[in-house]
Amino acid sequence: MPLDLDQPLHFSRTHRLQWEEAQQKQVILYPEGMVELNQSSAEILKLCDGTRTVAQIVSDLEQKFATAGLTNDVTAFLEVAIQNGWINQN
Amino acid sequence: MAGSIKTNTPPRWLLAELTYACPLQCPYCSNPIDYARYQAELSTEAWLRVLTQARKMGAVQLGFSGGEPLSRQDLPELVKHARDLGYYSNLITSGYGLTEEKIIQLKEAGLDHIQVSIQASSQELNDHIAGTASFEHKKAVAHLVKKHGYPMVLCVVIHRENIHQMAEILAMAEELGADYLEIANTQYYGWAHANRDLLLPTQEQFVKAEAIAQAYKEKVEGKMKIYYVVPDFYEDRPKACMNGWGTTFLTIAPDGVALPCHSARELPGLDCPNVNDYSIEEIWNESKAFNFFRGKDWMKEPCRSCDEQDKDFGGCHCQAYLLTGDMYNTDPVCSKSPHHGVIQDAIDAAAQSSLAANEKPLIFRNSKNSRLLS
Repeated sequence: MPLDLDQPLHFSRTHRLQWEEAQQKQVILYPEGMVELNQSSAEILKLCDGTRTVAQIVSDLEQKFATAGLTNDVTAFLEVAIQNGWINQN
Repeated sequence: MAGSIKTNTPPRWLLAELTYACPLQCPYCSNPIDYARYQAELSTEAWLRVLTQARKMGAVQLGFSGGEPLSRQDLPELVKHARDLGYYSNLITSGYGLTEEKIIQLKEAGLDHIQVSIQASSQELNDHIAGTASFEHKKAVAHLVKKHGYPMVLCVVIHRENIHQMAEILAMAEELGADYLEIANTQYYGWAHANRDLLLPTQEQFVKAEAIAQAYKEKVEGKMKIYYVVPDFYEDRPKACMNGWGTTFLTIAPDGVALPCHSARELPGLDCPNVNDYSIEEIWNESKAFNFFRGKDWMKEPCRSCDEQDKDFGGCHCQAYLLTGDMYNTDPVCSKSPHHGVIQDAIDAAAQSSLAANEKPLIFRNSKNSRLLS
């Protein structure tokens, strides 16, 4: 499924994003599987709340971390995330 | 309990086998042949304690299995406790006896997903293998699971009686709207080991079925995920069993015995501890059973000097035990094993059995057969 730049993104209803105390990590849980996330991936996914588009997620992150030029990295990760079904559009 | 090792990784997966009771009689069941000897079942209180202790150590994926876990009346209570603790909980069920009311009740209790097993793509064969008329109900349950917003996982165990239906099984899964399809080639432990001559397909059948499954995988990409469990009798390296002994998986049997893998009950001399006597932390870190094959000290040749020992950890000890009589041997699936010939012998025996005019019947998994065989 290709990433639509105009549609807001939301986290999948059939996956769960959760902080794991024992691992000190955010993880994605799904049937019989778990993906351990690094901090930047987790920050991106937390913004997939059904209200923000790709551009808004990028600008929120750039603001939060007082940096610029995140577009390529964030878009690349969101493409992986949508392929894996972690996030959806519509 | 002595010999504590402090560098253990914590358990991540907890398989809670709530009961050996099951309305189905599948002849490839992974429960032990002598399950009828273990009548005792853990109390609700004990299960709640097990869930709490394992979660505290870091377990996060939880499977409610059996037997048929729905036959435990306290299932909703256990599910709710699991959700409160932050587990991702999976119900691994035959679907038999699952009503819409129960599906809603479990959803409200916090169950994350339901895996329904179907035995074949046709009613006649499904009901024959399951030993129970259950096909239409299973399909209805699959629809209800979807309707109530669960990710739907369909599991079909593959063997010689249904491998010819591969294309129809894949189409059925797509039609039912499965989010995940687990195509599990039979692993030959427990009841499947006893029925191996009747269940093990030929290499030709495997190759054909696998090609169909792989092609379908591409066709449904992005819509349905297919997990294909390979038939290790036709591989030349063993599976990395349990991701390494005592590293990731913890199984609790219905009577409270803690197992490093769900087949380990078949191995001699492990003295598997019971959760009624020890905490999960003591069991995981200090018990003889969980330390038995940890690390590499147990390895004999060819594993001891093998450059792949960190990849497959010597393979499966239950398979080594069942096929060579010595659980310290290299898994004979490995072509480096001096016992590798037993795999070809098993394949040949199965092929001969399929040609015999008077092939012996399947032994169905039920309490009567369990008592007869143990």
